[in-house]
Amino acid sequence: MSEQNLSNHFAIETRNLNLFYGNFRAVKDVNLQIVPRKITAIIGPSGCGKSTVLRSFNRMNDFVPGFHMEGEILFHGKNLYAPDVDPVQVRQYIGMVFQKPNPFPKSIYENVAWGARINGYKGNMDELVEGALRAAALWDEVKDNLKKSGLSLSGGQQQRLCIARALAVKPEIILMDEPCSALDPIATLKIEDLMRELSENYTIIIVTHNMQQAARASDYTAFFTMDEDRAGVMVEYGETSQIFTNPRDKRTEDYITGRFG
Amino acid sequence: MEVSLRHLKRPEESALDVSRRLQKRPRWGEGFIQAFLFFCGAVSILTTIGIVYELGKEALLFFQMPGVTLLEFFTKTEWQPTVGRFGVLPLVSATLVTTVIAMMVAVPFGLGAAIYLSEYASEKARKVLKPALEVLAGIPTVVYGYFALTTVTPFLRIFFGDAINIYNMLSAGLTMGIMIIPLVASVSEDALHSVPNALREGAYAMGATRLETSLQVVVPAALSGIIAGFILGFSRAIGETMIVAIAAGAGPNFTFNPLKAAETMTGYIARISGGDVAYDTPDYNSIFAIGLLLFGISLVLNIISRRISARLREVYE
Ligand SMILES: Nc1ncnc2c1ncn2[C@@H]1O[C@H](COP(=O)(O)OP(=O)(O)O)[C@@H](O)[C@H]1O
Ligand SMILES: [Mg+2]
Repeated sequence: MSEQNLSNHFAIETRNLNLFYGNFRAVKDVNLQIVPRKITAIIGPSGCGKSTVLRSFNRMNDFVPGFHMEGEILFHGKNLYAPDVDPVQVRQYIGMVFQKPNPFPKSIYENVAWGARINGYKGNMDELVEGALRAAALWDEVKDNLKKSGLSLSGGQQQRLCIARALAVKPEIILMDEPCSALDPIATLKIEDLMRELSENYTIIIVTHNMQQAARASDYTAFFTMDEDRAGVMVEYGETSQIFTNPRDKRTEDYITGRFG
Repeated sequence: MEVSLRHLKRPEESALDVSRRLQKRPRWGEGFIQAFLFFCGAVSILTTIGIVYELGKEALLFFQMPGVTLLEFFTKTEWQPTVGRFGVLPLVSATLVTTVIAMMVAVPFGLGAAIYLSEYASEKARKVLKPALEVLAGIPTVVYGYFALTTVTPFLRIFFGDAINIYNMLSAGLTMGIMIIPLVASVSEDALHSVPNALREGAYAMGATRLETSLQVVVPAALSGIIAGFILGFSRAIGETMIVAIAAGAGPNFTFNPLKAAETMTGYIARISGGDVAYDTPDYNSIFAIGLLLFGISLVLNIISRRISARLREVYE
């Protein structure tokens, strides 16, 4: 099997990934292989580079002045940072849900339809919007109020609207950066159930500081921490059950048992 | 750690002490400041009331003069108070034409500059360009007036030849538009800049380009502020005096042809109050009626802009 084919087994594969803000190396030598149609959690202490890694997958760090990377991030065998890759196109394959729900100040309908429209969707928009809202488990709550502003929804509903909005672009991968940290426990559980359903069709990578959430909701877990230069390093990566019941590294064990820091 | 905590501990107090401490106490400084701030607000309101009263009183004198009627004032198209023609429409039409031309320049260029500064320019470019734009706003309008007359009009003559008068509304309107660009740009840029970055990130993360994000997410989110900028520019154009007095023409002329000379409401007021017209003549009294009309138009515009802002805010927040 050629190397090209091998990398097709993974949704995303990083090779010696190093991420920098100016001179500061925020992430060091990460080799991570994301399994398709599974939920992968990235956990670790604050500031260890979880968001930086996640945002490098859809090139959201491009907007940060001074950001640069070394190594490779392979997606279907293609380095996402190759000079001939258009970051706008990358984001149509790899969507993102943010820490704080950020619906557009537009109607619920428009929030979902907009992404599809700018990406040239020509089919039946009503169907697409309904499908995306159903997939995000929001349809029943909003179907009579599609014209209302997305901002009129509760925090949990707004976050599901943001998920629906991401789905309408038909991504392969959905990145979630602490998507529940602004939500109450019930809304959080709803999102976790939703992630489980979505993982049948999408690859999900979620950053979370909530270890119960990682243990409950993910199939694979990557544990990051900081080395002595404050650079983020990946300590351990494996099936979630193994990481939480039988960690190989002492640092992982300390962290998940709460003995960290 | 232990030590500082002991210092921070509240000393023991008896119930009596506590109840004494909870007693209401007079705060004179607070009351004084409040009165002073109220006075500051009251000054501007009282001044406005004074102006309206003065305008109204003098305007009333005008409308009481023999031969002047409200109907004629608002419907007739000839304005020659000395010979008993009291139709204000020629002045209104000139104000309208110059203002619309000015807005046709100021809105696209002002908004374009604002979008560039807020969404495209690097932090460095922004730091240089924004103050530069604001310098434009500081140029005295008399300079703009002569710029219109001695630069813009000759330039327009290249295209229109003799069809365009030496004094004309087009040149005055265009120049007024240039003058208003910084105002529109600055207010719009503030509105755009205050749109949270999270919205832009949300748009980019869906595969939107910078242009799509700017025009379809950021601009709509800032729309109430942007429209406030347009209305400010509009009021500024309606009230602008020097440029039109110098470049648009010095005689009432009922026409919508921008190539012709015509006098605006403000231009007329400036000419009459600057000349030596005797007190209690129709000309003299008429400027107050026109002033009142200008004031009314500005007021209506302000109310409309508030309505629009409020309506948009309902939709977008
Ligand atoms: N935009 C930025 N500019 C400079 N440094 C940054 C930026 N964002 C994050 N960092 C730094 O990179 C490191 C990793 O940050 P981040 O990825 O946000 O960590 P986490 O998400 O794990 O809390 C931190 O030391 C942080 O200060
Ligand atoms: Mg983070």
